[in-house]
Amino acid sequence: MTWAVAVAVWSCLAAGAWLLMSRDLLRIVLGMAVLGGGANLLLFAAGRLGATAPPVIPAGDTVLAATAANPLPQALVLTAIVIGFALACFSFVLLLRVTAATGVDDATRLRLAEPPASDPVKPPLPGAGGTSADPWRAP
Amino acid sequence: MSAVLAASPVLVPMATAVATLAAGRRSRLQSAISLVGISALLTCAWLLLALSAADQPAHASFGGWAAPYGIEFRIDRTGAVLVVVAAAMGAASLLFMGSDADPVPRHPMVLPLLHGLLAGVGGAFATADLFNLYVWFEVMLVCALGLFAVGGRPDQLDATLKYLALNLFGTLLLLVGVGLLYGATGHLNYTALGDAVARLPSGLAMALLVLLVVAFLVKGGAFPVFAWLPASYHTLPTAVLALFAALLTKVGVYAVLRTLGDVFPATPAILSQALGWIAVATMVAGVLGAAYHWDMRRILAFHIVSQIGYILLAIAIGTPQAHAAALFYTVHHIVVKANLFLIAAIVHRLTGSWDLREVGGLWAARPALGLLFAVPALSLVGVPPLSGFWAKLVVLRETLAAGQYAWTAAALLVGVLTLYSMMKIWMEAFWKPHPHERWRLPRDTRLAPALIATGSLAAVTLAIGLHPAALLDFASRAALDFTGGAR
Repeated sequence: MTWAVAVAVWSCLAAGAWLLMSRDLLRIVLGMAVLGGGANLLLFAAGRLGATAPPVIPAGDTVLAATAANPLPQALVLTAIVIGFALACFSFVLLLRVTAATGVDDATRLRLAEPPASDPVKPPLPGAGGTSADPWRAP
Repeated sequence: MSAVLAASPVLVPMATAVATLAAGRRSRLQSAISLVGISALLTCAWLLLALSAADQPAHASFGGWAAPYGIEFRIDRTGAVLVVVAAAMGAASLLFMGSDADPVPRHPMVLPLLHGLLAGVGGAFATADLFNLYVWFEVMLVCALGLFAVGGRPDQLDATLKYLALNLFGTLLLLVGVGLLYGATGHLNYTALGDAVARLPSGLAMALLVLLVVAFLVKGGAFPVFAWLPASYHTLPTAVLALFAALLTKVGVYAVLRTLGDVFPATPAILSQALGWIAVATMVAGVLGAAYHWDMRRILAFHIVSQIGYILLAIAIGTPQAHAAALFYTVHHIVVKANLFLIAAIVHRLTGSWDLREVGGLWAARPALGLLFAVPALSLVGVPPLSGFWAKLVVLRETLAAGQYAWTAAALLVGVLTLYSMMKIWMEAFWKPHPHERWRLPRDTRLAPALIATGSLAAVTLAIGLHPAALLDFASRAALDFTGGAR
């Protein structure tokens, strides 16, 4: 069981890292989600795997049974899943907005925030030259 | 009472965020609630500082579970002073929003997200639980993404995507590190974790520690994993940018300090050496990146990276004096860096561009602004008697005491190169005449709130510079809490 989970974690992390290094924006976003899944699985496995009873205290008792699973990693992984799911939703919407606004889905061509250098020693001047509201600028 | 106060760095901004969200589109009401919230946060932060200075650090265990099992908040001197500075930066940023220099988009989500960000920062400084620290990093990430994307310009969306991808990688690395540490020790509380890791085989402990520190270095913007910072920061409106510049990377650096200084104080020598050289590379890479640029925001963004290197250098040396130096440097740097961005926004408002080739003439038109710029700029360089001089002095003294002369030389060289960048801004924006002959100083500006915010931050820089002993003594006591407190 441990080995199966270890292989699953390894596959998720490897696939996620591979997708994340792609140029295609959709693959990058998918890679983040897959990588997050791998990390969650690893966090879950940190509580030790095994055929254990659910961590519920029976009525009348005050402590867990000795065979019960460790509840803490379950709580941790639930937190991480919620955060990861929210970020995955956000990143898909962001991807749609980016491709709609720029018409580009290639990470190496997405250079709006950092325009590529046209001159070897100086960065390019701002495109239109500041705001058009400045009255001293020649039209 | 102490428990409520210990949770206040999270509770107050979160309550403010909810209240501003409820105020919705009534922007006046939203601003009023937001100012009340930040004042309350500042008050709580000062109380926390007073408590920690009286050796009664505020403390809370949540859910009725005692220390090593429940989530614990413990605000010692280090946490308290950083919460105070974070609250002050929030106040300066909100005050600056009242001016018309680089206005923040009038979107009803801006203020709730800003307070959410402060909640994340406060939680990270307050918590004594590793998984909880991860959660606060995620809270900061989510709120930061919102603030990036809320403007909706294509370059901001581009920056959001890059910020998301590179930061999420760091966060996931942290999550993997937390999971493996929990698997190896069965603990998440800092104190219990420190004791348990000491009993692990040294190779395993070292591997886990490296994973954790690398994750924090991504968050802190260290070489070579700082690319997210200069790729995105300059697209933000300046009031938000100053807050990001002041706080976000510093939380990552604080986490490194807490991890290596407090939780796992027996840092292997090879890890300290590696961190020291990473710090040197961070300093040099940041300052050289800044030298290339002409956009004021991009120059200053690269200088964040460069200054992070100094703090990491102090952490790498690892003595209590060096930890005190790191804390002193962090406080100085937060104030100075936020102020420089805010002043750059005033320059932009008055001259019409961010690019230094397109601006000028401000020394003739506004000499007082030139003096105001000189305070944080010279402090960043390290000119006496400003705060940066003492901060650099204590860090350099520790590198010499540790016999790391190469690190001292690198730090001094980077200081000179920092002077180059600050002189570039000074010469281009203030000294030379404006390149457009028809340029006149804009008349209908509303800069009073911006000048009050930047003036107050400059006053803090001057006060630390003229009386460094107060903060230095406090930082030394804070560093003694580290190794002597828990064990």
